[in-house]
Amino acid sequence: MEVIYILWLRQLKRYFRSKARMIGSIGQPILFLVALGFGFGPIFQKAGGGNYLQFLAPGVIAMGILFTAMFMGIEIIWDKQFGFLKETLVAPVSRMSIMLGRTLGGATVALAQGVLVFLIAWAIGFRPGFTLLWVAFIFMVLIAMLFTAIGTAIASVVDDMQGFPLIMNFLVMPLFFLSGALFPLAGLPGIIEVIARLDPLSYGIDGLRGALVSGALTFGFWYDFSVLGVITLIVLGIGAYLFSKIEI
Amino acid sequence: MANIIEVKNLTKTFGDMKAVDDISFEVAKGEVFAFLGPNGAGKTTTIKMLTTLLKPTSGEILLDGKNPVHDESAARKSFGIVFQDPSLDDELTALENMEFHAALYSVPREVRRKRIEELMNFVELWDRRDSLVKEFSGGMKRRLEIARGLLHHPKILFLDEPTTGLDPQTRNHVWSYIKNLNKTEQITVFFTTHYIEEADQSASRVAIMDHGRIVARGTPGELKEQTGTESLEDSFLKLTGYDIRKESTGADRMRTHAKVWGRR
Repeated sequence: MEVIYILWLRQLKRYFRSKARMIGSIGQPILFLVALGFGFGPIFQKAGGGNYLQFLAPGVIAMGILFTAMFMGIEIIWDKQFGFLKETLVAPVSRMSIMLGRTLGGATVALAQGVLVFLIAWAIGFRPGFTLLWVAFIFMVLIAMLFTAIGTAIASVVDDMQGFPLIMNFLVMPLFFLSGALFPLAGLPGIIEVIARLDPLSYGIDGLRGALVSGALTFGFWYDFSVLGVITLIVLGIGAYLFSKIEI
Repeated sequence: MANIIEVKNLTKTFGDMKAVDDISFEVAKGEVFAFLGPNGAGKTTTIKMLTTLLKPTSGEILLDGKNPVHDESAARKSFGIVFQDPSLDDELTALENMEFHAALYSVPREVRRKRIEELMNFVELWDRRDSLVKEFSGGMKRRLEIARGLLHHPKILFLDEPTTGLDPQTRNHVWSYIKNLNKTEQITVFFTTHYIEEADQSASRVAIMDHGRIVARGTPGELKEQTGTESLEDSFLKLTGYDIRKESTGADRMRTHAKVWGRR
């Protein structure tokens, strides 16, 4: 248990010491909220979709979490290059607790980032319903856990930082753009809808949006929760296995 | 005396390159064992296999009776290691690095504080305990790394060129601490070094490795006698030759190549 705690604490300390990263990583969500939220607002309204900012904000909160979470996972590559990973790998602790500690640490940071984006969205006009705020929080935690775990698992098999932009381009961007973050999933062309349904982020956004904006739920809370929960557990298992295979 | 490390026919190949070529040796419990060899001889690769960081291609290892390949976590409980290259977290303070290690190795809480303070005083870093490691000089990082490696008292302590980059005063200081630890806690010490006189003074037995093979074994006295030389350094040179080795070793290049092309 203490091992998980100390790994968690390390991630937090590293993050909160680097102010540049904290500020840098909220720039993108703000841009999305302002440019898309206000830019597409009138069209969305005319098409009968209602207030676009209300629709978009949960998607952008999820985006803030997604990007930070994946990036936190990928810190492992950093640790490989600076040698610190060896210190954890030779220690007599189970690979599962290393995976869990790192994931919880990264997820906590990503969650903090999500809360920050939430507050910014609120400041520029997003008005969520507050009765299901706790449900929204659960979905934020789940999104943070899942994508930190995915980032961590991927990073355990990637050896150099050059692979990192590839991961961003071929994984994070499609995950974000093909989820329901920017547009409603109902009435999409068949193939896009299939892809969106395969994208785990869609379920996170659906749950989050459903909890914050009344009448916005597509799949149902329990369905979203189960899909995310099961995938997270599977990825944690895979990550722990990949960790046991790392050779330095 | 029982053997705490037993290595039989250990081999590691990277592609076509044999980094470690069918070596066998054993280290007795409580011994201070020096593992010498020129750059690229395969010392670090051997230590990585002993400490579960690399899987051997073939051969058998027993650490305190446990097999690091099949029984990784039991094997990991038996040793501590100071790596050749840096393995500190630069973004944490010196004290935080120590605490992280103590937690990872579940050093009992009642001795933790005391031992951290004692070791950090010993390497003269206690006053700098709240500085971030990235502000440290190379020598300070090395000292911290050694202090961290000594924090939990394992059965076997691996030291991969622990004193490289330290001044003679600090080296002397570190060695007296290690020898004391060996005596009072019966910790087996397995170390590599390029300062052959360290092996001459501190090691009870020595193995010399070259081109992936062990070329000589024995006490420093035996090796000197065998080669008819005055100092262990001379015996070392006589056994391994006077040619300067390439710093970037074949093994390293083969590994990088194998990694880039997806063969591990």
